[in-house]
Amino acid sequence: MALRMWASSTANALKLSSVSRPHLLPPFSFSRCLSSVLDGLKYADSHEWVKHEGSVATIGITDHAQDHLGEVVYVELPEPGGTVSKKSGFGAVESVKATSDINSPISGEIVEVNKKLTETPGLVNSSPYEDGWMIKVKPSDPSELDSLMGPKEYTKFCEEEDASH
Amino acid sequence: MRWGLWKLGQSIPRRLAHGNNKAVACRYFASDAELKKTVLYDFHVANGGKMVPFAGWSMPIQYKDSIMDSTLNCRENGSLFDVSHMCGLSLKGKDSVPFLEKLVIADVAGLAPGTGSLTVFTNEKGGAIDDSVITKVKDDHIYLVVNAGCRDKDLAHIEEHMKAFKAKGGDVSWHIHDERSLLALQGPLAAPVLQHLTKEDLSKMYFGEFRVLDINGVQCFLTRTGYTGEDGFEISIPSESAVDLAKAILEKSEGKIRLTGLGARDSLRLEAGLCLYGNDLEQHITPIEAGLTWAIGKRRRAEGGFLGADVILKQLEEGPKIRRVGFFSSGPPPRSHSEIQDEGGNNIGEVSSGGFSPCLKKNIAIGYVKSGLHKAGTKVKIIIRGKSNEGVVTKMPFVPTKYYKPS
Repeated sequence: MALRMWASSTANALKLSSVSRPHLLPPFSFSRCLSSVLDGLKYADSHEWVKHEGSVATIGITDHAQDHLGEVVYVELPEPGGTVSKKSGFGAVESVKATSDINSPISGEIVEVNKKLTETPGLVNSSPYEDGWMIKVKPSDPSELDSLMGPKEYTKFCEEEDASH
Repeated sequence: MRWGLWKLGQSIPRRLAHGNNKAVACRYFASDAELKKTVLYDFHVANGGKMVPFAGWSMPIQYKDSIMDSTLNCRENGSLFDVSHMCGLSLKGKDSVPFLEKLVIADVAGLAPGTGSLTVFTNEKGGAIDDSVITKVKDDHIYLVVNAGCRDKDLAHIEEHMKAFKAKGGDVSWHIHDERSLLALQGPLAAPVLQHLTKEDLSKMYFGEFRVLDINGVQCFLTRTGYTGEDGFEISIPSESAVDLAKAILEKSEGKIRLTGLGARDSLRLEAGLCLYGNDLEQHITPIEAGLTWAIGKRRRAEGGFLGADVILKQLEEGPKIRRVGFFSSGPPPRSHSEIQDEGGNNIGEVSSGGFSPCLKKNIAIGYVKSGLHKAGTKVKIIIRGKSNEGVVTKMPFVPTKYYKPS
């Protein structure tokens, strides 16, 4: 929580800075680099996060991902009881203009799905790491988490990806 | 989750293999480097424009405002769009009207000077080469604007027919307005704000009308038209004055008129039930099938005289086999190429464009279905990612239009 507040206040401060010196960087690109990245989570290069607690891992898409998508108007998720495979798609996110697959960072059995997203898909935008979570999975191979990125690595990955586009 | 190029109304390429990700990124980058830029490019970037490739140009899909908010603001206040990527041209000569009437379905001769209309360029089979807004400036001068993505084929088509026409003694020539830029000012505040920048009384200029007049001290071609369903204008201005005009408009509106990108523009035209060439109109789709029969003048329905007239007049007489209709639906927003089925699961057509309507807060789509199944209220299924979703045929526009017309 403290780290999240730090990230948020830093982002706000830097945004103010960018306003006072707009010539330094296009505001849009700058704000994208400041999408929040939380400690304690693991990240996939297809922009999903995983939070592993006990026997269950919670999965959603990152703040960086929702920022690129724009307003989410529909989230398509699987049914509990199904399985997901590492790097395979388990659902889709629809914005006003586009559709994007959601890939699972790990393999396992789906034990819970966030039904709130059916009625309120915008939770993915407003709260990507909390209320906007998508599925909870019982991992079939917890060691798969080891190959995912930590927050620092993911932040660098996003910066490099944005720079190359 | 993957994203890439924005393709208005279409799904983003999916399931890019991880191993190819860098190659794909390189391709995008190379593509970006070769894109053309309007004279407002730096202005867009300075104002937070998110630039994407569109029809060979680098265009703003959105600014700081979300696509949703931009769409809503256009209908509540107003929007300023850069549409300079679209191609403007003039046809001149005493035979410019008969020449153009060979190529489009409109009754050009019947247009009063200073008025215009939406029309369609047809091919030999009656299919749409492009849609265009044409304006008669004078009896020997036609001003028209064609879609950016169709520019090369349109110009080749016109040039080919112009050569043949001139060879038979016809008097017509053309000028492509590449030295000009085009701004679209749309929404309820468009007229009040623009009035501040010109001495001419805009309340006497109605939908579809054209004027050459000074705006912000510069001579412009002004058409009261747009592709949003709102009252508004398209302003053709010498390129060197385009940024100044954009700034003046935004300043005069005190921030209520917002810079707006192609993403919102597509939502607006979809809500207005207007065709997007490449989605809702193509070479194999006739104006009759597209529901544009109204654009064929009465005289021309009797006389023909345009390319593909035999096919089109036959469809007028017998009715087309497919028709463009609107849909509401549940579930995921429909996108281009989603299959449409009847309630028994039989294929009856395909979505041509669709998405989520910011104004209505629900899914809307345009598509083609077999004639006989086109009546409003007909229940359908729209197939998205293998799943069947409830839909219903509806009349268009989805959001009522607000064109400024004599009352």
